[in-house]
Amino acid sequence: MKYLSEYRDPKVARGLISRIAETATRRWVLMEVCGGQTHTIVKQGLDELLENAVEMIHGPGCPVCVTPLEQIDKALHLASRPDVIFTSFGDMLRVPGSECDLLQVRARGGQVRVVYSPLDALELAQRNPDRQVVFFAVGFETTAPANAMAVWRAKELGIRNFSVLVSHVTVPPAMVALLESPDNRVQGFLAAGHVCTIMGWSEYEPIAAKYRVPIIVTGFEPVDILEGIYLAVRQLEEGRHEVENQYVRSVRREGTVPARNLVEQVFQLVDRKWRGIGEIPRSGLGLRAEYADFDAEIRFGLGAIEQEESTECRAGDVLRGVLKPVQCPAFGTICTPEHPLGAPMVSSEGACAAYYNYGRFRKAQPAGATK
Amino acid sequence: MTSVNLATGLVCPVPANAPDRVQLGHGSGGKLSAALLQERFLPGFGNPVLAALGDAAVMDVGGVELAISTDSFVVSPLEFPGGDIGSLAVHGTVNDLAMMGARPVGLAVGYILEEGLPFERLDRIIASMAAAARAVPVPIVTGDTKVVERGKADGLYINTTGLGVRLPGATPGPDRTQVGDAILVSGPIGRHGMAIMSAREGMAFETGIESDSAALWPLVQRLLEQFGAEVHTLRDPTRGGVASALNEIAAASEVGMVLQEGAIPIPGPVAAGCEMLGLDPLYVANEGIFLALMPRPLAERALALMRSHPLGAGAAIIGRVVETHPRFVILETGLGGTRIVDTLPGDQLPRIC
Repeated sequence: MKYLSEYRDPKVARGLISRIAETATRRWVLMEVCGGQTHTIVKQGLDELLENAVEMIHGPGCPVCVTPLEQIDKALHLASRPDVIFTSFGDMLRVPGSECDLLQVRARGGQVRVVYSPLDALELAQRNPDRQVVFFAVGFETTAPANAMAVWRAKELGIRNFSVLVSHVTVPPAMVALLESPDNRVQGFLAAGHVCTIMGWSEYEPIAAKYRVPIIVTGFEPVDILEGIYLAVRQLEEGRHEVENQYVRSVRREGTVPARNLVEQVFQLVDRKWRGIGEIPRSGLGLRAEYADFDAEIRFGLGAIEQEESTECRAGDVLRGVLKPVQCPAFGTICTPEHPLGAPMVSSEGACAAYYNYGRFRKAQPAGATK
Repeated sequence: MTSVNLATGLVCPVPANAPDRVQLGHGSGGKLSAALLQERFLPGFGNPVLAALGDAAVMDVGGVELAISTDSFVVSPLEFPGGDIGSLAVHGTVNDLAMMGARPVGLAVGYILEEGLPFERLDRIIASMAAAARAVPVPIVTGDTKVVERGKADGLYINTTGLGVRLPGATPGPDRTQVGDAILVSGPIGRHGMAIMSAREGMAFETGIESDSAALWPLVQRLLEQFGAEVHTLRDPTRGGVASALNEIAAASEVGMVLQEGAIPIPGPVAAGCEMLGLDPLYVANEGIFLALMPRPLAERALALMRSHPLGAGAAIIGRVVETHPRFVILETGLGGTRIVDTLPGDQLPRIC
């Protein structure tokens, strides 16, 4: 398949693996920010193949995992209302709130629908004028333009029965929070290629300079990730700390300007809680005052729903990269994808679920048992 | 807020989700489906024949090995690229019989019709079902119809029960797979599930994929006539896909499996559709292929036999059965890494990005 098979070519990948091994004089600690990258790394066993050259720490870039408990509870509340059709991307449906999840709300009669685009939710609102259609607008900068487009179009068309429950987060403030943390071990980052496709990479330049960390804008296929790791290792070995673009087929320095403009027109920076990490100032996107009519929290008066998470939950340590999923005492025993205790076990992009789905065998068996 | 206290003193912010009622995921063919059987149905109905959990039950009746299987069809949309609920209801049940080595001898069909279903549509589906049954061939020998109020069914549901007679010498069963077996698949995977998904309302992409829905008996019969009891296990990987079917066999036979990622035949459009939706083709449903597990030394000959038949033109050897890691299915990636291929808890959920 064009633009896919060539980035999964085993020969190219093996070449990169040996170049990384030859370049690294010590075991560097790198973090891939995005859950999609975590998924590829664990699915392809890249961490295993690079074990001696780099330690990969899995970052907080899974939107499902970092959506705070109280936003999930708000979603559950809305989905339970008889006048609401609640729409969401599929992987939010199994995320546990305080008491249940959206799948259970649906089994009790709530109208919960999976959509593939917020514009499908808008269409649903047009087709069901007697219902309130709410879309769960989660995600990083990647999903923000489409969500902004849905709100912008709803306003243009004067659609009164459409609103969004916003839980958008942005990457750079989370990276800074990690780097500022006293137990930080990260020496270099793979930044998320699709986030940078929208936003460009100029925001990352001051971070690389201030904290002296290489930041490589990286794609999602095995060859992309291996090349990103190679570029990071080479910078570290040469004592450089720059922003470098591996994902050249998709990312330009200025990003995608019309998409950025639309996001800016509809959203503004707000303080946002991250599940497992806590509140990070100016780390989220919220609707601007001109679009407040489309804010589900205002329309349905949800401000009163607040939910604090236990500070003892280890999911935060996993999301900050301090704890590997398999080091958690609950991992695979009382915390499994069927009965997740925390969000990273729910989404297929969550670090815990990726380890469980693809890596459990490695923990259960001595290395080399398949040979 | 509810907390879960662990022996270690660890506290997590959310309770374990034990569902108190039926969810859609209970119909997915994954772990929730298995739990539904193990915790609710088997304790009530349990007997040795049922406990074997084959695709069909095999009973000795007066010296004849009879196979019986039943399946309900609730597919939406009723008509999809490559088939419809009528032909599917024949293929699904005939295939369940075939997986136990049984030649289908008769079908009983139950139709649940929704008030308001146009006759034109019903007639098309009946004609399609009749044609599918003639092609096997198997007669539809009895049936039942019920009508429910508008809104109580998705147009129509069909239940099909099949009666079959086991081919002499054939003994395939989910618990008969042995270490040293090769894993064969009779054709490319993922086509039925992706055809249904692309035909569903609200899906903004077209794949040009047709369902693989087909009656497998003609090919299975040739395989069993040639290799008899050497065909250890047959399975049609319907809901839950190849991954779930192999996990079930690995568990029933207490063996481990190793799959080669590059050997698994995945049509380009299926791969592309799965990429777009964030799905894994190993878990996507099939209705016209089967998995065969049989000794490695016979695998090449079996493969050649499959490929010489239209139903098996795209057959491939995709892996092997091993002694290590019993009950685990492992996939060797194209890059040389390994990962486990587990049963999913419920339905695959499309990813955000």
